[in-house]
Amino acid sequence: MSREAELAVVAPVARSGGRRSWAWLGITPFFLFTVLFLILPTLDLVVGAFQTPDGSFTLDNIARLNQPTIVSAYWISIQVSVASALLGALAGFVIAYAVVLGKLPRPLRPFVTTFSGVASQFAGIPLAFAFLATLGPTGLVTALLDQYAGINLRALGFNLLSFWGLTITYLYFQIPLMVLILMPALDGLRKEWREAAAILGATPWQYWRHVAFPVLWPSLLGATILLFANAFGAVATAYALTGSSLNIVPILLYAQIRGDVLHDPHLGYALALGMILITGLANVGYIWLRQRGERWIK
Amino acid sequence: MGFLDLEGVRKVYGANTVVRNFNLSIQRGEFISFLGPSGCGKTTTLRMIAGFEIPSAGTIRIDGRDVTELKPNQRNVGMVFQSYALFPNLTVAENVAFGLKVARRPKDEIARRVAEMLAIVKLPELGDRYPYQLSGGQQQRVALARALAVKPTVLLLDEPLSALDAKIRISLREEIRSLQRELDITTVYVTHDQEEALSMSDRIVVMSDGRVEQIGTPFEVYNYPATRFVASFVGTLNILDARIVDPASGRVVIDGQEVIAGRGVNGAGVGEVRPMALRPEAITLDGGNGDRNRMQGTIEEVAFLGAVVRIRVRFGENAVLLDTFNNPGVAPPPRGSRAEVSFGRDDLLLLQDSAAD
Amino acid sequence: MKTSRLGPWLIILLGAIYFIVPLIATFEFSLRKRRGEYSFDAYRWVFADNRFIESFSYSTFVALVTILVGVVLVVPAAYAVRVRMPRLRPVVEFVTLLPLVIPPIIIVFGYLRLYNSSSWLPMTSSPRATDLLLVFAYATLALPYMYRAVDTGMRSIDARTLTEAAQSLGAGWLTIMLRVILPNVRVALLSGAFLTFAIVIGEFTMASLLDRPAFGPYMQNIGANRAYEPSALAIIAFVVTWACMGLIQLLGRGRRQSVAAA
Repeated sequence: MSREAELAVVAPVARSGGRRSWAWLGITPFFLFTVLFLILPTLDLVVGAFQTPDGSFTLDNIARLNQPTIVSAYWISIQVSVASALLGALAGFVIAYAVVLGKLPRPLRPFVTTFSGVASQFAGIPLAFAFLATLGPTGLVTALLDQYAGINLRALGFNLLSFWGLTITYLYFQIPLMVLILMPALDGLRKEWREAAAILGATPWQYWRHVAFPVLWPSLLGATILLFANAFGAVATAYALTGSSLNIVPILLYAQIRGDVLHDPHLGYALALGMILITGLANVGYIWLRQRGERWIK
Repeated sequence: MGFLDLEGVRKVYGANTVVRNFNLSIQRGEFISFLGPSGCGKTTTLRMIAGFEIPSAGTIRIDGRDVTELKPNQRNVGMVFQSYALFPNLTVAENVAFGLKVARRPKDEIARRVAEMLAIVKLPELGDRYPYQLSGGQQQRVALARALAVKPTVLLLDEPLSALDAKIRISLREEIRSLQRELDITTVYVTHDQEEALSMSDRIVVMSDGRVEQIGTPFEVYNYPATRFVASFVGTLNILDARIVDPASGRVVIDGQEVIAGRGVNGAGVGEVRPMALRPEAITLDGGNGDRNRMQGTIEEVAFLGAVVRIRVRFGENAVLLDTFNNPGVAPPPRGSRAEVSFGRDDLLLLQDSAAD
Repeated sequence: MKTSRLGPWLIILLGAIYFIVPLIATFEFSLRKRRGEYSFDAYRWVFADNRFIESFSYSTFVALVTILVGVVLVVPAAYAVRVRMPRLRPVVEFVTLLPLVIPPIIIVFGYLRLYNSSSWLPMTSSPRATDLLLVFAYATLALPYMYRAVDTGMRSIDARTLTEAAQSLGAGWLTIMLRVILPNVRVALLSGAFLTFAIVIGEFTMASLLDRPAFGPYMQNIGANRAYEPSALAIIAFVVTWACMGLIQLLGRGRRQSVAAA
C-alpha cells in the first residue's frame, strides 16, 4: 500500500474515532458492570460445576445431581413453572383480550394496567403471607368455604404447600405480567386485518387461526418463556410459604447456599448449572421457534 | 332497480347523524365515486355496504338480495383499504389466496387463480415476498388482487390511493379503472380527491355532512354543480353574490353591474341576493364577441403557474379568478390596472344553498 | 352487540375475584390480632417494632443508591447506543434482558463464589462492601426495567436530533448530557426509578444470602415467628408497591397532558 493510500484510509477513521471516544466513555461502565456483576458470576458457577474443590476438572458434581431428592426437586420445579406459565399465559391472554378487544368501558383499561403493574411486582414474601391468609389452614376463604359451602379444602386434599397451592400463588404475579406484555401486542392487531378477513369470507375463528394468532405468536411465546423463568427462579414466595420443607430446586439451592442442609459448594454449583441450563434451553427453544415461524418480520 | 341499491339508508351514533337518507341505485358494471371531505359520511356509507356497520334505517340490496343485516363474510363483496391491510404473516401469494382458502377451494384451483390475479396486477414474480418487502404501490396492487380473487359481486375501495406518492397515485388510478372495465365489476370508490373522482367515475356522489349533495356524471357535477357546496368542493369555482332583478329573463346585478344568467334563476324572488357560480376557465380577459356578459374590474393578483396564468379581478364586494394560457409574446397585465372580463351567459349558474334532506 | 360483552365482563369478574379476594382476606386477617374484635393492633405492633423501622430504612436507602447506580449506568449507555452506536444495540438489549432469564439466586450465588472474602475482590469481607455488593445485585435486577424505560424515553424525544441541535449551538457532550438529555428523559427515568424501588424494597433472596438487614428478610423472620403481623406487613408492602405504580401512571398522564397542552 502506498503512503498516500494508507493515509487516506487512516484519516477518516481517526476523525470519526475522535468523535466516538465519548460514546465509548458512555457505554464502557455499562459493559464493565454487566460483565463483572452479571456475566462473570454466572460463568464462574458454570465453571465451578465442573471442578473439584482443588480446582481440577470433574464430572462428578453433575453425576451427583442424579439422586432422588434432587431429581424430584427439578421435576416439581419444572411442573410448577410450566403449569404457572401456561395457565398464566392463558388467563393473561383472556384478560388482555377482554380489556383490549372486549368493548368494555374505557376507564377499565388504565385501572387494569396499574393493577397489573402492582400485582406483577407483588411477589415474594408478602405474596406468601397473602395466600396464607386466604387459603392457608386458617385463611379466610378456607374458613368461609368450610362454614357456608361445606367444603373442607383440607379434607379434599388441598394444601397450599403443594404443587397446586404453589401454582395458584404464583399465578398472582404471572397473570398480570402476561396481561402487561400482551395488551400492547393486542393493540398491534390492526382493525383492518379483521375487516379484510371478514370481507374475504373468513369466520372470526378463521381470522384468529390464520392471521391474529400467528401475528401474536412471538409475543405470546416470548412472554410464556419469561413466565417460566420467572417461576423457575422464584425463591422468596415458596420459602415464606413453606420454609425449607417444599422440595423445589431454588429452595434446595437456597438451603444449600445457607449451609442449612449440605455442606458441598460444588454440588451447589451443579444445581445452579442445572437451573441455568433449563432457563437457557427454554430461551434457545424460543429463539429457534421464532426464527422458524417468523420470516415475515423485518 | 339497479344492481346495488341503497334505499333510505341512515346511520345514527347516539345523537350524531352520520348519514341521512341515502338513496342510490348503481347499475351493474358501473364505477361510482363517493366524494366529499372527511367526516361527510362517505366511508360510513361504504362500510354499511361492506357490512361493518349496520344501518339505523333503510335497506341495502345487492343483485336483488337484501343484505342490510348480513355479516360481512356472507356478502361476497371485495374491499380495498387505505392502509392496504395485507396480512403481515402471509406471503403475497398467501394473501391473495386467503379468500379462496377460507372458502375451502381445491388447492390447484387456488394456485391457478392466484397466478392469474398476480399477473393481472402485474406482480407475477412477487408471490413469495412478504408485505413488508413491497413498496406501498405494490402492496395496494396485492390488496386489489386479494379482493378480486374471490370474484366479488361488488368491489369497494376506501381511499385506496391516499397513502401513496403523487406519481404512483396517477398510474395506479388508471390501472384500477382499466381493470374495472376489463372485469366489468360494479365498483364503489370513496375519495376526498376530486381529481380522482372526476377522472375515474361513471357517476359521482358528492356528499357533505351526511347528506348527498349531488349525484351525476363527472361532466354534470363539474359543469353544473347543484349546490354551493358542490361548486366550492369540486374544482376552483368563483361564487358571486348576485341580486335578482328579473327571474324570468335571468337578469341579475353583481356589484352594480347587470348581467344575464342564460339558464335563468327560477325559484329565486326579485330583490333576493343569491350565490351564483362561474368557472374560471369560462372567463376571458377581453370583451369577447356576441352575446356575452361583460364586467369591468381591477386586476388584483396575478399568479404565474407555468402554462396557465391565474388572475384575480375584483369588481367590488365580489372578485373572480380566471385562467388564461401563458403567451410568451404578451406579458400578463400589471396589478392595479383596469380590465374588462367576459363570460358566456350560460356559464353563470344559480346555486341552491344545500340539498334538502 | 349486547350479548358479545357478556363474555368479557365475565372474564373481568373472575379475574377481579382472584385478585381481590386475597387482598381482602389478608386485610381481614391482619385485623384479627385482638381476640373477638377487629383492631389495628398488628399494625401498631409492626410500626412500634424497631427492626421494622431499621430494615425499612435500610432497604429504602439501598433502593435509592440502586436507582442512582442504575441511572449512571443506563443513561449514558442507552444514549450512546441510540445516538452514536446503533450497531451495538442488539448486544446491549440482549445483556439487559439476561437478568429476566438468570434467576436472582444464581446471580447472588455467583457473587458469593467470585467475591468472597478470600477472592481477588473481597467484597463480602466488610459490611460496607457487602452493602455495595447488594446495591450492585439490585442494579442488575432492575437493569431490564431501567433500560427499557430510559430507551423508550430517548426514542420519544428523538435524542439524536436533539443532540445535533445542541451541538450546532456549540454544546459539549457533558452539557448535552446534563442540560439536554437528562431533563428530557426525566419522566422516563422517574418511572424506571419507582419500578426499581418497588422491586428492591421487599426483595428477599439476595439480601438474605448476602446477610443484609433488609426489609425482605425482616418480613420473612416475622412470618416465621408471628401470626397476624405478617398480614399487616403484606398490606403495607402492597400499599408501597401500589404507591410506586400509581406514581408511574400519574407521571405518564402528566406528560401526556403537558404534550397535549403544548
